[in-house]
Amino acid sequence: MASHADTHAHGDHGHHDDHHGAHANHGTFGSYMTGFVLSVILTAIPFWLVMGDVIADKQVTAVLVMGLGLVQIIVHMIFFLHMDTKSEGGWNMMALLFTVVLVLITLSGSLWVMHNLNTYMMPLTPEAAKQLP
Amino acid sequence: MSANTSHNAQPGGELTFYLREEHHPEQSTMIGFWIYLMSDCLIFAILFATYAVLGHSFAGGPDAKELFDLKLVAINTAMLLFSSITYGFAMLEMEKGNKGLMISWMVVTFFFGVCFLGIELYEFHHLIGEGAGPWRSAFTSSFFTLVGTHGLHVTCGLVWMAVLMVQMNKHGINAANKRRMTTLSMFWHFLDVIWIGVFSFVYLMGVL
Amino acid sequence: MTADWTSLLFGKLSLEAIPYHEPILVVTFIGVAIGGLAVLGALTYFRLWGYLWKEWFTSIDHKKIGIMYIVFAIIMLLRGFADALMMRFQQAIAFNGNEGYFPPHHYDQVFTAHGVIMIFFVAMPFVTGLMNFVVPLQIGARDVSFPFLNNFSFWMTVAGGIIVMISLFVGEFAKTGWLAYPPLSDITYSPDVGVDYYIWGLQIAGIGTLLSGVNLIATILKMRAPGMSMMKMPVFTWTAFCTNILIVAAFPVLTAVLALLTLDRYVGTHFFTNMDGGSAMLYVNLIWIWGHPEVYILVLPVFGVFSEVVSTFSAKRLFGYTSMVYATCVITILSYIVWLHHFFTMGSGASVNSFFGITTMIISIPTGAKMFNWLFTMYHGRIKYEVPMLWTIGFMVTFVIGGMTGVLLAVPPADFVLHNSLFLIAHFHNVIIGGVVFGVFAGINFWFPKAFGFRLNAFWGKMSFWFWLIGFYFAFMPLYVLGLMGVTRRMSQFDDPSLQIWFIIAAFGAFLILLGIGSFIIQIGYSIWKRDELRDETGDPWNGRTLEWSTSSPPPAYNFAFTPVVHEVDEYWFMKQNGYKRPLSGFIPIHMPKNTGTGAILGALSVVFGFAMVWHIWWLAIVSFVAIIGKTIHHTFNYNRDFYIPAEEVSAVEARRTQMLPAE
Repeated sequence: MASHADTHAHGDHGHHDDHHGAHANHGTFGSYMTGFVLSVILTAIPFWLVMGDVIADKQVTAVLVMGLGLVQIIVHMIFFLHMDTKSEGGWNMMALLFTVVLVLITLSGSLWVMHNLNTYMMPLTPEAAKQLP
Repeated sequence: MSANTSHNAQPGGELTFYLREEHHPEQSTMIGFWIYLMSDCLIFAILFATYAVLGHSFAGGPDAKELFDLKLVAINTAMLLFSSITYGFAMLEMEKGNKGLMISWMVVTFFFGVCFLGIELYEFHHLIGEGAGPWRSAFTSSFFTLVGTHGLHVTCGLVWMAVLMVQMNKHGINAANKRRMTTLSMFWHFLDVIWIGVFSFVYLMGVL
Repeated sequence: MTADWTSLLFGKLSLEAIPYHEPILVVTFIGVAIGGLAVLGALTYFRLWGYLWKEWFTSIDHKKIGIMYIVFAIIMLLRGFADALMMRFQQAIAFNGNEGYFPPHHYDQVFTAHGVIMIFFVAMPFVTGLMNFVVPLQIGARDVSFPFLNNFSFWMTVAGGIIVMISLFVGEFAKTGWLAYPPLSDITYSPDVGVDYYIWGLQIAGIGTLLSGVNLIATILKMRAPGMSMMKMPVFTWTAFCTNILIVAAFPVLTAVLALLTLDRYVGTHFFTNMDGGSAMLYVNLIWIWGHPEVYILVLPVFGVFSEVVSTFSAKRLFGYTSMVYATCVITILSYIVWLHHFFTMGSGASVNSFFGITTMIISIPTGAKMFNWLFTMYHGRIKYEVPMLWTIGFMVTFVIGGMTGVLLAVPPADFVLHNSLFLIAHFHNVIIGGVVFGVFAGINFWFPKAFGFRLNAFWGKMSFWFWLIGFYFAFMPLYVLGLMGVTRRMSQFDDPSLQIWFIIAAFGAFLILLGIGSFIIQIGYSIWKRDELRDETGDPWNGRTLEWSTSSPPPAYNFAFTPVVHEVDEYWFMKQNGYKRPLSGFIPIHMPKNTGTGAILGALSVVFGFAMVWHIWWLAIVSFVAIIGKTIHHTFNYNRDFYIPAEEVSAVEARRTQMLPAE
């Protein structure tokens, strides 16, 4: 992506970047490894649950899969993307929260609307038509 | 912002209306790229929503259980996860100023990324061969588009990575290249986040 | 063998694509060709190409980019309005067996093009241009966060517009209406290139818009002058902030949905097809998730314009700054939970319709709060009826009527009767013209002196205003009546002769608006001719309140020789009240970004790519796409993108300004 390249003319520009806290949190070897190990665990479990047909109740498995996925996303955010409430004056977090809200509205809204539309507006299948009184 | 400005009264009661030395506004690149990533998130949200709505419209064709090979998906997920951690190592080397090691880790990341794409292309090729190409039904259309769009993003990331390796080699770890590494890092990890959604919601839920 | 070669080389393109048997298009082409050659000839004769390229097309200066957006929008306004005139004329005469001069397949393209052009290539560039020009100046910054990206965004918008304009003379345009609903827009029912022109024009322009949104958000968050907290920003900057949040949050949806339609048409997928599992209703749902925030993207900036204009021309601080900010933020969020009101009649059932009907009614409340704040600002103010203020008052009356008809339509049972009738057409033109168009004209008249150093002639401004205002009412009030009587939209011929009088009145209104546009063009031309008499020497012709008025007119390339320190809302008013003095010495070198041609080149390549995709000229599509990627990568190898304006030059520029100002 095009970025506003500073040049060499002002020697201490890179210095200023750090002082302005442009991306204060860089992560350490320890934090990357923690994130990695957690991610491996959080990936292995859902795969095992599904491939091994471990839990009889499909609903419970589904909830677990989605839940663990959500947790892993948060792990990625913290350990790989270095998300916190401080970076960029809190605007990173604000932008993420706003996006999450919109995603929830879009997903749930679309599902609700489409479900209703399909119920009321989609033609009957031949089998269903035969069931009509 | 800068420590040199007094916002209101100085001794003597005079207001400061102008900064007399050069004003360095904060770097916009990180927040700007993050906001772009949020918009990309919304594109994926629409593709997920489309998959959620159309994902059971099999049109008499093959469904998810018949088509998805979870072992392959597990390997692919591993590829992407490894690539995330190796890119993290590259970033750590960048912070330490080790150009050579940084580029080495980038090469490893690139390799894992290529493996991911290769496996995905193999999977797509296999599905098309089985008569389950994107034109078969609304389900296959939404599957190919969601997973394919993620793959396209990975491809763009790899092109970016290759170009950046050349630029790092040529110009070293200067301020501009650091910014590019950091934004690519955000992009790359973001793609792994999306993949978590894909393997959970598309593959695992599909087979349940 | 020959046929294979031609289709490989030219795709679907052939000589048949040129509509030389349609007399209207032939005449238009001749007119455009003559006019175009005249302009190109004049530019060559006066040796202006070098100047244009160096000073304007490659400029990354937000002020120049803002002006270019507005110039582009004015040109596209002429095209979009020509479509409107033709529609009004056709509808006025197509009665009693008279089929008019537009067969339906042509009329359908006209109303589609009218909508697409007016929304994407007139209204959007107008508000983007205003925000681009004004926001950095208002926040005390030298430019936006990503100046090159700004230039690139502009050229992508123009590229999209060019693709749509090409469809006039090569091939045809979509016949689907401005939102291109499937199944009509799918390949089965629109096998021609029209929808493809639509898709590629919008996708390319959409990239520009999205990046411009990212740019302005980052700018407002990061580039504010010291002391300017969020709650000390000018209201126009607040509305620009929320608008760009909407852009970033909404345009990805459009991108995704158009991509799905593209896949349906090019690859044979089944997202929206009738068969094999597709759902056309899904398209309608998704496109309006974009579509509703889009109309707020159009209107929020002009709400900001009106706030600035009302406070300046009432010589009074804006009433209720905090509530204005909150109202803007509330509108931003609420605009995401109303979208279904665009398709109440599609059959989601009572629960869904009720929910969205209620949220739609709720969203009118913050706008009402703004209206009261403007009125309270004017109350006990010393009002000057300059042209921007006239547009504002016209807006206040007109937009309220349009808003009320909107709340009427928000009631689902009422909408069942009025959906897709001329009542709906009247409503949205009411709010778009009364809101966006009037606001843009107010903004142009308000900030023109800042941009060019001389005011716009007031007489022709007033002529333009009155023609537009009266013309609007003549053109659209009859449509409310027709809608209530049950007349459907997008029809080119009618059976019932009792309706004709209303259409004739509407055509008369369109004619008055034509005079309004003509007056605007005259206003600009006349003002350029008489610019010395209209000169703005102080930089502050209206006794302004915000920081842009503290600069010269036009501002220097670097905007501010020294970054301002901000104390209050309406900082410039505060500065004037507290006896600020312009610094006359001690100037320092100023860090500035360099011009670049990459944006224009990428825009041109995008036009080639879009055209190639429309006509299925695959080799050309691949070549141009590779060229786009290549040029982008090549651009990133340029690390030498900025320079310093030496202190002596800054000194000289400021000294010139000191000379123009009245002696202290």
